[in-house]
Amino acid sequence: MSFSLNQAVFACRLPLLAALAAVTAGAARADTILVSNEKGNSITVLDAALKVIKTVPVGQRPRGIVLSKDGHTLYICASDDNEIEQLDLDDYTMKPPLPSGADPENFALHPDGRHLYVANEDNSLVTIVDIEQRRVVGEISVGVEPEGMGISPDGKWVVNTSETTNMAHFISNATHEVVANVLVDTRPRRAVWTADGKEVWVSSEIGGSVSIIDPETHKITHKITFAVPSVPKEAVQAVGIAITKDRKLAFVALGPANRVAVVDARTYEVTKYLLVGQRVWNLAFNRDESRLYTTNGVSNDISEIDVPNLRVLQSVPVGAEPWGVVVRP
Amino acid sequence: MRPVHYWRCLLGIVEREALRFVNQRGRFISALVRPLVWLLIFATGFHFVLGVSIIPPYRTYVPYEVYIAPGLLGMIQLFQGMQSSLSMVYDREMGSMRTLLVSPLPRWYLLVGKLLAGVIVSVLQAYVFLAIAWFWEIEPPAIGYITVLPALILSGMMLGALGLLLSSAIRQLENFAGVMNFVIFPMFFASSALYPLWRVQEASLPLYYICNLNPFTHAVELIRFALYGEVDWVSAAAVVAALLVFMSLAIYGYDPGRGMMLRRAAAAE
Repeated sequence: MSFSLNQAVFACRLPLLAALAAVTAGAARADTILVSNEKGNSITVLDAALKVIKTVPVGQRPRGIVLSKDGHTLYICASDDNEIEQLDLDDYTMKPPLPSGADPENFALHPDGRHLYVANEDNSLVTIVDIEQRRVVGEISVGVEPEGMGISPDGKWVVNTSETTNMAHFISNATHEVVANVLVDTRPRRAVWTADGKEVWVSSEIGGSVSIIDPETHKITHKITFAVPSVPKEAVQAVGIAITKDRKLAFVALGPANRVAVVDARTYEVTKYLLVGQRVWNLAFNRDESRLYTTNGVSNDISEIDVPNLRVLQSVPVGAEPWGVVVRP
Repeated sequence: MRPVHYWRCLLGIVEREALRFVNQRGRFISALVRPLVWLLIFATGFHFVLGVSIIPPYRTYVPYEVYIAPGLLGMIQLFQGMQSSLSMVYDREMGSMRTLLVSPLPRWYLLVGKLLAGVIVSVLQAYVFLAIAWFWEIEPPAIGYITVLPALILSGMMLGALGLLLSSAIRQLENFAGVMNFVIFPMFFASSALYPLWRVQEASLPLYYICNLNPFTHAVELIRFALYGEVDWVSAAAVVAALLVFMSLAIYGYDPGRGMMLRRAAAAE
């Protein structure tokens, strides 16, 4: 009896493993990629095979997009409508918009899942929005043309970059005061925290560099520069940054250089340049960080990068001037 | 004649071709250096030519090196086909061809054997090139290295058949320079080997049509798609059709009772 039971268990194991593998693969396949089209005034929804499932019309000039903590809502900076829109990702309908202050370009979601920190490009402010109450709960004055927003993993610090002042502003979340300004290279774009909260990476578009800042001392500890063979230096413009959670790899979008730089995030050395579409802007990983997606603003497409093998798998057309990208698991 | 005789004859021809290839180390190296020079120098200079449009079978933007790799595989086979025909002319001039031609086996069989021998050599060259190109990040999917084999065999046969046809018409070794000028260069440049045809179409419509009629274009496209695990059926059909035409004409040309051999003999008298 026990023998036959063992046999049965053994016989079951293989199909079980296969089923498990299928489920895992299925989980990976269930990814939904969401892209904001700055000119197209829409959100393109793609499945994991990068087939366009839906194009949802939204407000004017959608740029920054962020996924809600529960993954059911997409927050969209409708820059020219001066509001943040909420797209329900289960039925693709619009929920009532959130206030944002003037010209919201980019924003970040606090780890509490309740507060959005919005960079208001036109009036040098960071606006704090309470999502549940749908109202503005704070405003912080920063440099001219604020853009990049990064919130520390513990939620205590906010880093905002201002394009014209060329600074990264460190804001204490307890007091809503700017506690430090770090001068970086010309036209800073993104501010991204490492998952361990020990570093902030700030990209400079015109400077073509990434400054790595120690958030405790507010000093630049390293600076990464890029030299793409056969690409003029002025075309190398650092914008989007994505760093793996284990801090082994970082990817930097190089704008009109049409390349994504692969950086060893421990030694800060650039190891490879990957050819993608034209004017590559923002980057997003899927949940297990096996794929990286890029928005290519001029060629109107997105590229998919195989992260373990560092290869560009495919590029597919989306709407006009894709800007932001997030992956919904 | 029993099958064993056919087999023995085929082995003999293949062995002779292989020996010739292996013993002429310079030829082996130059056969490899030619496409590598194109890849490493020419492609580097034109690095920025592409990357503005995605064309099948590519699924994303590719650097120029990746684009011309299939064209260079075609170039290897084109040169091998011509080398093979050169060796036919040489054999005829040196008299060693008589050994082959007195064989009781049918003439068409000898020619097909010669063709297959040349194809084996050209496929080997192509794989060595692919292995070296891998270090320059020309990395087609793993399956592509297998699926490209039938494409290489078919295109190698078509270009080899063209070589045989030419060798039947060439009287002397010196005329081979003419083959370079009037066959190899026009075929290579008026094809999709170096630039995608939509680019040619933008620049010159007549040239675009010529490129489309060029069997070498279809050989290159067949290889290009096969390298990415896909079949370009139109090109496959074009290559097969060209193979049949070239081979029939070559067999006709080498027929002692008819064709060019006879006319040549008449001219010599």
